[in-house]
Amino acid sequence: MISAVILQLSCAAALLAIAVLAIALSRSRGATGIVYGATLAVSAVALAGSLRRLVDGASTASLASLPIGLPWLGAHFRLDALAAFFLIVVNLGGAAASLYGLGYGRHEQAPQRVLAFFPAFLAGMNLVVLADDAFSYLLCWEFMSLASWALVMAHHREAGNARAGYVYLVMASFGTLALLLAFGLLAGPAGDYGFAAIRTAPHTPYAATLVLILMLLGAGSKAGLVPLHVWLPLAHPAAPSHVSALMSGVMTKVAVYGFVRVVFDLLGQPSWSASVIVLFLGGITAVMGILYAMMEKDLKRLLAYSTIENIGIIFVGLGLALAFQANGQKLAAALAFTAALFHVLNHSFFKSLLFFGAGAVLTATGERDMDRLGGLIHRMPFTSFAFLIGCVAISALPPFNGFVSEWLMFQAVLQSPELPQWGVKIMVPAVGAMLALAAALAAACFVKAFGVTFLGRPRGAAAETAHEVDRCSLAAMFILAALCLLAGILPGLVIDALSPITLQLLGGRMPIQARESWLSIAPIAESRSSYNGLLVMVFITVSASAAVYFIHRFASRALRRAPAWGCGFSDPTPAAQYSAVSFAQPIRRVFGTFGFHARDHVEMPAPGDTAPARLRIELHDLIWEGLYQPLAAAVGLAADRLNRLQFLTIRQYLSLVFGTLVTLLLVLAIWS
Amino acid sequence: MISDLLVQGVQMALVLLLAPLLTGFVRKIKARLTRRQGASVFQPYRDLLRLLRKEVVLADNASWLFRVTPYVTFAAIWVAAALVPTFATGLLFNWTADLIAIVALLGTARFFLALAGMDIGTSFGGIGASREVMIAALAEPAMLLIVFCMALVAGSTELSTVANFMASSYVGLRVSLGMAVIALIMVALAENGRIPVDNPATHLELTMVHEAMVLEYSGRHLAMIEFGAFLKLLLYISLIACVFLPWKIAVSGTGPLAYAVGAGAYVVKLAVAGFFLALFETATAKMRVFRIPQFLGAALMLGLLGTLLLFVSRSF
Repeated sequence: MISAVILQLSCAAALLAIAVLAIALSRSRGATGIVYGATLAVSAVALAGSLRRLVDGASTASLASLPIGLPWLGAHFRLDALAAFFLIVVNLGGAAASLYGLGYGRHEQAPQRVLAFFPAFLAGMNLVVLADDAFSYLLCWEFMSLASWALVMAHHREAGNARAGYVYLVMASFGTLALLLAFGLLAGPAGDYGFAAIRTAPHTPYAATLVLILMLLGAGSKAGLVPLHVWLPLAHPAAPSHVSALMSGVMTKVAVYGFVRVVFDLLGQPSWSASVIVLFLGGITAVMGILYAMMEKDLKRLLAYSTIENIGIIFVGLGLALAFQANGQKLAAALAFTAALFHVLNHSFFKSLLFFGAGAVLTATGERDMDRLGGLIHRMPFTSFAFLIGCVAISALPPFNGFVSEWLMFQAVLQSPELPQWGVKIMVPAVGAMLALAAALAAACFVKAFGVTFLGRPRGAAAETAHEVDRCSLAAMFILAALCLLAGILPGLVIDALSPITLQLLGGRMPIQARESWLSIAPIAESRSSYNGLLVMVFITVSASAAVYFIHRFASRALRRAPAWGCGFSDPTPAAQYSAVSFAQPIRRVFGTFGFHARDHVEMPAPGDTAPARLRIELHDLIWEGLYQPLAAAVGLAADRLNRLQFLTIRQYLSLVFGTLVTLLLVLAIWS
Repeated sequence: MISDLLVQGVQMALVLLLAPLLTGFVRKIKARLTRRQGASVFQPYRDLLRLLRKEVVLADNASWLFRVTPYVTFAAIWVAAALVPTFATGLLFNWTADLIAIVALLGTARFFLALAGMDIGTSFGGIGASREVMIAALAEPAMLLIVFCMALVAGSTELSTVANFMASSYVGLRVSLGMAVIALIMVALAENGRIPVDNPATHLELTMVHEAMVLEYSGRHLAMIEFGAFLKLLLYISLIACVFLPWKIAVSGTGPLAYAVGAGAYVVKLAVAGFFLALFETATAKMRVFRIPQFLGAALMLGLLGTLLLFVSRSF
């Protein structure tokens, strides 16, 4: 019997071997099937291993060290409950994406641009979660970033993708820089980079706050916290759809893992002021992310923006957990932390599902622009059904899984009046309102996404002639849809499975849910609040069936098909339907004038002119225009000015060198 | 156990029976207030029966979603209405869903209805759906803040517990509860599409929201949707009554007499609420669509203020 961490490491090694194999096979015809089949098998093994680890023997950590990496450090790997949970997220996403890739990958124009990097990307994510010293962690993190960058650039000739890749690369480098500094601070002057040493070393409050901010910059930029999110809606949609699913559903979770590992595990007891920053950023991210999504008409970009919203929700949960933990309320901290982790799992289910659906639409029609789609529910019945389940789940509606994590989050908010600090007291209800707003807007956004893409009449030729996609893609989507439902109706199992993690990190846990009657969940006590997804599901099914039975037994069953009612003037062109842009108009008008400086311009032709009138919508991305463009301009300006240094005479260079030397020596003299 | 099941069953049937009557009553009062004779209070029952007997005229490109939605919507609202205590607290299945879940169940119903509005591909459905989700995006956060407010006072989001707590003597007058009840009434007006947010009586007005969304429905499908709307109005009134006016509500385990008194009191409460709704609707005009954000924003602010007050007052 090999130890659990060795099993996971061998799976990662196997994935790397598949990547090498993919390069060797790049000319052969069956490469797509072989590579995705192999990654599917390896991911399934890794998934089974990590599931077993979380459920069975999670109380102890499984350690391994390899003689690679820095000579005096080696590479350390560790598998504990937290890592096991995130490995489940990674490998479940990986297995689903591989299954989907078996079908979707066949339509790839240049498969060799994807095949080698896909398993490498998966291996990178696995290794980040397993790493147990700062050096291996950063190395694997960079490996993951670069592999995903290569996948973003897979279709590099398409307009906008090169820019997406460039912005991603810049932001990823920035994030790694922040992580590097954070680990430098953690290791302290002694410079022991092993996580075990960092965990036991004392950290001054000043250093701890600085580490938290650096982690928010480093992990937050990868996860997509506002205002560091700018690369995400560019890069995630640019990749092939199963990779988009992995980047949105899984890689952002690896970033969350990094944050949790450092802030909850390595830093020790948090301070309450840290939680205010995290709560604030989480709330802003949730609302801004979904507002961006609402304004979007590109299906994959909409999904990418919605990822930002969900990351915001997760960070709100983590912020609440920090606040409770800082005040020693272990039960409430466990509740908030469980809600955050539950949402991590849920988001990986439904976001992967939705990206798969978007990929299926892309395969069938070649379109991502929702305003050229429509009516696909008739031509792609299975895809549309799975996509609908994803939409209901992500909109936090019962009885699906999104609601459960949102519900737990609200229950955690209700625990917070006991917190003593005023900053938290004021912040928490405001953040609760933001969460509720984000949830309601998410429902609006996904009514739009599903309604415009799949319902109505086709808006273009491609949508009219679409066909259902292959069985592998459908299987991947339906497995995830089933998981969305299962996690929604049996949440107690998930909560109990998460309890070793809260015990390990926070020293507390939620009550054992398996003891509740009828599989319901009660975060604190049944008298305070409880929810039973299974019974809600059963009740809805029973009452809907009763209504159907009654009506078909006693009421008229006559049915006639007729043209839609157009008040005597039917509009023959499908362009007259509500589109993604027009559906968003009320919300754009309510929230957009403030958040996006949105203006609608109606351009009327002159009287007597028969040209059509035009509606032009002006939207501004204030974060991009206010923060990034000035920054880019400043960098450009500085580069222009410094360019002069290239054209100096030898005397000037020598005096420059001399001046620098003198200045440095002076600084040194004053310093010491 | 058997009696608990019986009470729960009675409640499920009671909301179904009373919902059309309530709407009929409101319509009758509105008619009398504008000096019209008005239809009988039983007219909604007749309307439902008539719709059930008619054939369904389905638009050419309607999908399965369009045909499933009336039943899903109806079922979600019915389940939600059955879980709000009406005449008795401590219903058998109260613990399956707390107030947050009940709000979310109504959200599920609205989600499907908005999708059905988009299904045919006419501008009517689109305009209705887009405005409905806009109103919901403002009403839901306000509603959740009201829930927070109530839950912080009562120490539970479980409606039975909240009602029991409110019925007990030691609640007293609280500023936050006052704010919450005003906000809840505003949200209830918006959620039910009543004046001043939407007009349930018109079909052909471009300010319409709910009625535009369901314009393509006919026959038994329309009956289900209308019934759902009746139930939703009843649900909100029951909710306001059980939380803020739990007068004479029967506590579980008391004898049949208490249940009878509770039921009588419930009917009285419905009548009073229906009367005030009709009075209010007759006295106000419908507002422009883009005034609604201000209306609901006020509700949101009231909810937030109430919750903040509770957070703040805990420390003294």
